Amino acid sequence: MTTIYINNQQVEVPEGSSILEAAQQIGVKIPTLCHLIGHEAQGACRVCVVEVEGAKNLVASCATPVAEGMKVTTNTKLVRQARKFVVEMLLSEHDGDCKVCVRNEDCELKQLAYELGITDLRFEGEKTHRFIDDSTPALVRDSGKCIKCRRCVTVCCEVQGVGSLFPQKRGFQSTISPAFNEDLSHVICVQCGQCSAVCPVGAIVEKDHISAVWKALDDKSKHVIVQTAPAIRAALGECFGYEPGTLVTGKMVTSLRELGFDAVFDTNFAADLTIIEEGMELLTRLKTILVDKKEAALPQFTSCSPGWINFVEAFYPEMIDNLSTCKSPQQMFGALAKTYYANKIGKKPEEIIVVSVMPCTAKKFEAQRPEMTQNGIADVDYVLTTRELGKMIKQAGIIFRDLPDGIMDNPMGVSSGAADIFANTGGVMEAAIRTVYELVTGRELPTEHLHLEPLMGLEGVKIATLKLTDTLAEWKFLEGVEVKVGVAHSLINARKLIERVQKGEVFHFIEVMTCPGGCIGGGGQPRFTDDSVRLKRISAIYKEDEGKKLRKSHENLQIKQLYDEFLGKPLGEMAHHLLHTHYHSRN
Amino acid sequence: MINENSHTQYDVETDEELMNHLNNIIQECKNKPGMLIPILQQTQKLYGYLPEFAIRKISTELQIPFSEVAGIIGFYSFFSTKAKGKNVIRVCQGTACYVRGGKDLLSAFKNVLKVGVGETTKDKKFSLEVSRCFGACGLAPVITINDEVIQRVKSSSVAEIVKSVED
Repeated sequence: MTTIYINNQQVEVPEGSSILEAAQQIGVKIPTLCHLIGHEAQGACRVCVVEVEGAKNLVASCATPVAEGMKVTTNTKLVRQARKFVVEMLLSEHDGDCKVCVRNEDCELKQLAYELGITDLRFEGEKTHRFIDDSTPALVRDSGKCIKCRRCVTVCCEVQGVGSLFPQKRGFQSTISPAFNEDLSHVICVQCGQCSAVCPVGAIVEKDHISAVWKALDDKSKHVIVQTAPAIRAALGECFGYEPGTLVTGKMVTSLRELGFDAVFDTNFAADLTIIEEGMELLTRLKTILVDKKEAALPQFTSCSPGWINFVEAFYPEMIDNLSTCKSPQQMFGALAKTYYANKIGKKPEEIIVVSVMPCTAKKFEAQRPEMTQNGIADVDYVLTTRELGKMIKQAGIIFRDLPDGIMDNPMGVSSGAADIFANTGGVMEAAIRTVYELVTGRELPTEHLHLEPLMGLEGVKIATLKLTDTLAEWKFLEGVEVKVGVAHSLINARKLIERVQKGEVFHFIEVMTCPGGCIGGGGQPRFTDDSVRLKRISAIYKEDEGKKLRKSHENLQIKQLYDEFLGKPLGEMAHHLLHTHYHSRN
Repeated sequence: MINENSHTQYDVETDEELMNHLNNIIQECKNKPGMLIPILQQTQKLYGYLPEFAIRKISTELQIPFSEVAGIIGFYSFFSTKAKGKNVIRVCQGTACYVRGGKDLLSAFKNVLKVGVGETTKDKKFSLEVSRCFGACGLAPVITINDEVIQRVKSSSVAEIVKSVED
């Protein structure tokens, strides 16, 4: 441990910690526009400068390791002047108009300029070259607003292992861009939007669907329905000042109804359906191998997370067969809304508009995939991020905090706790095992609160094994089989897990969620998401699950009704047609 | 395709031969750390510039993101992603050369060759580039034509220099 003094206050930190980390430990605030906790310092923005006794110059606190007895001051005239100057220089080339900027509400640069007391622009310098890249369905880049902090580069390379973005050129000409300043659509980008979640300014944002949704709501000839993903209820409150991890399910439902949606449904309903289809798919693959002695791709990969699908298509096309053929819950919901639900209310599919609220930007990409249509009609029409829904509620003048709790509509509004936990890393796997174990053995999963402890939490790669004994007659071929499952979240960890599979380690089922923490940490969630926020949202989701009487997907009566009235049986012809899809190489 | 660039290592080679050379360059270096820049240098020497397919190949084989390789190429003015002319003229714009007439000298080359910086004449005889310093500040302003350094160049003699190279 190393002892240093910050503003005369003693603090002890592990050797090699930065001054910034030491300051955070004792609650001394040092601003930074580039640093991300847990990642190597960039030292790019120079806003975090502090004075160190005996040092010739001010030092960047994010990139300076502590030394025994170091005396640091964070609030001196020199420091204040330097920070102000740095931000003034950033503002001088920042080509953005704060009055009409999409990041007005939570722009870190604007907030810092305010905190540093910058009230006029002293330097009218040349502006950054501005170009707009709206070539992808999910993200929009505005180079004029970019302050080159490189946070997006850090998440794209180190968290996701994708590497779409990197500094190009040098000096004043430098931009943070795909190779050779190409459009994002011309390079590999999985559309996860983690870049947009960490960008301190409005240089990368999700593609706006708010205007299209307002237009649909204003069109009285359309029946406009909405589905909300499991992760929204644990994060939407943050848009209205609630603490991270506050569950706002009931207020969310009421707010959607007040926005004018004709029906408010739950993606969770489709998550329960996914468990039935995906669980049966896994059992079928096992049966193909063990009983029919034929080939089937194992381990089966989950297919709920569209960024992960894009990742497999681009980097591991040889493993596409391992992906479950199940559409994601968003797309299953859309396909049913325009068939099963449309029949029930006597509407044609083209009269129904399906809007999703997702914690995700890649869902915007997924919704426009040509595979996700029936007779040329998209399953899902528009996808709002959690942040976009927050904005719409404010635009409508709805006082969110004052809303009474509402409940979802039928027949696609009931869901089990197993569906809730789709939002957390490890959740889909746990939900699937709750059902598959019980189906095969006739007994409830014998774990505390039905949880699978080894699959919970923020460890990057998680593994669990489960031995199947006393199986029912139909599943005798699984007697004594030790099922091994793996879970990874953030794509760099998915890479690690895939490499283990490719080296020959045997797994039966693997869950991958693109974003750190799972969907609760999605690229479309309220800013700013760090591990402490992730953990709070995760525990809120488990609370939602544990608070329900209905904890297992196969006990959801609305799902039983759906099969009885419409789909027939799991993996049946109708299910195959509406709920399953295929993927292709993008390499 | 016949490669006609005089400043490449190999004068006449087929695509296949070039590709074999590229493979050798990559295989020799790929498992040593910090070899990206030497590989790019050798590749540029091979082709006369860095073709996109070669950059993609290097990125894949070294498992370095394409954007990162492109970023490094863009950072160094020595690297070029465009095919160059038979002769490459580099005009130094380092501090010493700049203050001793380097700026006017560059304008003179632009006028005589009728191309901008980074461009190649229509007849593919000349490419014009700027450089930051050749370490010959005492001889400012300095230019290089291919590997030859020419010192204390006057704007008035630019046309003559170009003609002498053409002949």
